[in-house]
Amino acid sequence: MKILVAVKRVIDYNVQIRVKEDNTGVVTDNVKMSTNPPDDNAIEEAVKIKEAGKATEVIAVSIGEEKAQETVRKALAVGADRGILVKTEGILEPLAVSKLLQKIVEKEKPDLVFMGKQAIDDDCNQTGQMLSALLNWPQATFASKIEIKDKSLEVTREIDEGLETIEINVPAIVTCDLRLNEPRYASLPNIMKAKKKPIEQINASDLGVDTTPRIEQTRVEEPPKRKAGIKVSSVAELVQKLKNEAKVI
Amino acid sequence: MSVLLIAEHNNKELRPFTLNAATAASQIDTDVHAVIIGHECGEAAKALSELELIKKVIQVEAPHYENFVAENFAPVIVKLSENYSHIISSANTFGKNLMPRIAAALDTSQISDITKVVSNDTFLRPIYAGNAFATVKSKDNKKCVTIRPTSFDPCESSGGSAPIEKAEAGEEFVQTKFIKREEIKSDRPELGTARVVVSGGRGMQSGDNFKLITSLADKLNAAIGASRAAVDAGYISNDHQVGQTGKVVVPDLYIAVGISGAIQHLAGMKESKVIVAINKDGEAPIFSVADYGLEADLFEALPQFLEELNKLNTIQK
Repeated sequence: MKILVAVKRVIDYNVQIRVKEDNTGVVTDNVKMSTNPPDDNAIEEAVKIKEAGKATEVIAVSIGEEKAQETVRKALAVGADRGILVKTEGILEPLAVSKLLQKIVEKEKPDLVFMGKQAIDDDCNQTGQMLSALLNWPQATFASKIEIKDKSLEVTREIDEGLETIEINVPAIVTCDLRLNEPRYASLPNIMKAKKKPIEQINASDLGVDTTPRIEQTRVEEPPKRKAGIKVSSVAELVQKLKNEAKVI
Repeated sequence: MSVLLIAEHNNKELRPFTLNAATAASQIDTDVHAVIIGHECGEAAKALSELELIKKVIQVEAPHYENFVAENFAPVIVKLSENYSHIISSANTFGKNLMPRIAAALDTSQISDITKVVSNDTFLRPIYAGNAFATVKSKDNKKCVTIRPTSFDPCESSGGSAPIEKAEAGEEFVQTKFIKREEIKSDRPELGTARVVVSGGRGMQSGDNFKLITSLADKLNAAIGASRAAVDAGYISNDHQVGQTGKVVVPDLYIAVGISGAIQHLAGMKESKVIVAINKDGEAPIFSVADYGLEADLFEALPQFLEELNKLNTIQK
C-alpha cells in the first residue's frame, strides 16, 4: 500500500495574527511558519502504518512557494520516504489545490491520500472532500481512528453528535483530526538523514490546471474587539454582577 | 434564481441548525427551496415545509440515504443544482463533509463558514480561527456556501406551508459503508445551542473533578464544554470541545473554569454575550476576553459558586 500525504505550510499556530494596515491580508513577513497541525497527524498516521508493515511507501507532497520545501523536509524527517513540491505563486483556493493533487495522484497512483481536516490559515475545510469528489473515491473526513483491513479501512469520524464509524474501500481519501495520534518530534539523526531524501520539484504550470482564483478577497479586518471587562474579588460579587448587572442568571 | 438549502435531519426531526441556515439562505434570496434527503423521512419533510421561510420542499428518499453518507448525497444535489444560483448548508460536520463534494463536482470555489451575507455574491467569513475577518466576493456562476449557524438566528418553525415535491433517488455509492453512529445522549441542552455553557480546562486536573463543572451546569441548566487540553488529557469526551477544531458556541453566558485561553479556544467562544473566567493565574489570556474575571483557586471557587446560586430565589432557565 502506497500512501500520499498532503502537507501545507501555514503561519505557526502560536503566532498572534496581525491584520495588515491596508486591510489586504494578514502580516506574513518575518512570521514563523510551520506545518498545518492536523497535517502532522496525517504524516504520523501514514508513518505508523508503514512501521506496522501495512504500507510500502509514504510520499509527502506540498503545494506552494519554494519555501514550502521546508514543510516537505519536515515530513521526511519524521519518516516519509520521499517528497514532492508543486511550485506555485500567489493565492491558491482549495479547488485549485485539489485539482493539482488530482494530477499528482494520477501520476503516483497511491492507494490512500491523507491530509489534515482543515488548514488553520483559511479554515476552509474543503480540499480532501474536493479531491475525493474529483477522483470519485470514498472519503473519511475528521478521522480520529483508522484501522487498516485487507482492501479497506475502518475509520472512526468525529461528528457533532459524537462518533461515526464507516468502512471505505481503497483507494480512498482520509482527512485527519488532531485526536488521531500524537505526532512525534524529528530526532537530530533523522533530520540529517532527511536531507538526503529526494524531493521532486514540479511547476504547477506544467500540470495543465487552471488555478485562477474564483474568489476575490476584497478586505481583511480585525475581529470586533470586546470591551474590557473587570476583575471581581469574590464569588459572591461575581454572582451579584451576573444577576443584577449582566442579568444572565 | 432561487437558492437551495440542504436540510439536516435525523429522518424524524429536523436538526436545529437547519433553521439558522434557512435564515441565512433567505438573506441571499427570498425564494428559498429546501432539499431533504433521507430514508422514511416524511415527518422531517413535513416539519421542513412548515418553516416560515421555505417556499418549496424537495424530498428524496432511498434506504441508502438513511445515514447521510456524503458520497450518496452529493450527486442528488448536483443534479438539482441546475435550477439554483446558490447551494446552502450549515458549516457543522454535516455540511463540512458534504458541501465541498458538491462544489468540486460543479467546479465552484466554495465559500465556507460565513458569518454575514453582504450581498448575493459577497460574504464575511472568519479566517485564522477568527483572528481576522475576510470579505470575499465569489465570481463563480453557481455559489456553494456554508454558514456558521450561531451567526444567524433560527427562523420560525411554523407559519409556512410549502408544497412537498418528490424527486428521484440516485444510485448507491458502494465503496463507502456506514457501520455505526455513537451519539452521546444527554438531558442537557445541546452545546451548540445552549443559553449557558460551563467549560473546564486543564486546570480541572482530572476527569473526576469535572463533577464540579457538572454540578454548576445542573444548577444553571447549562451545557458542558471543555478546552482541547482537557479533552486531550482524557478528562472528558471530544464532543464537548469548544474551539477552532471543536464547536463554536455563542451562549448568553459562558463560564470558563481553569482554562488559560489559547487562541484556538478563544476562537470557539469569544462571541459569547457574557464571559466569566475563573483561573488562579491572573495573567492567563482568558481574562482578556472575560467580562468578569475571578482570580481564584477553582476548587474553592466552584463550591462557593454553587452555594451563592443556592441563595438566589430564582435562576433563569
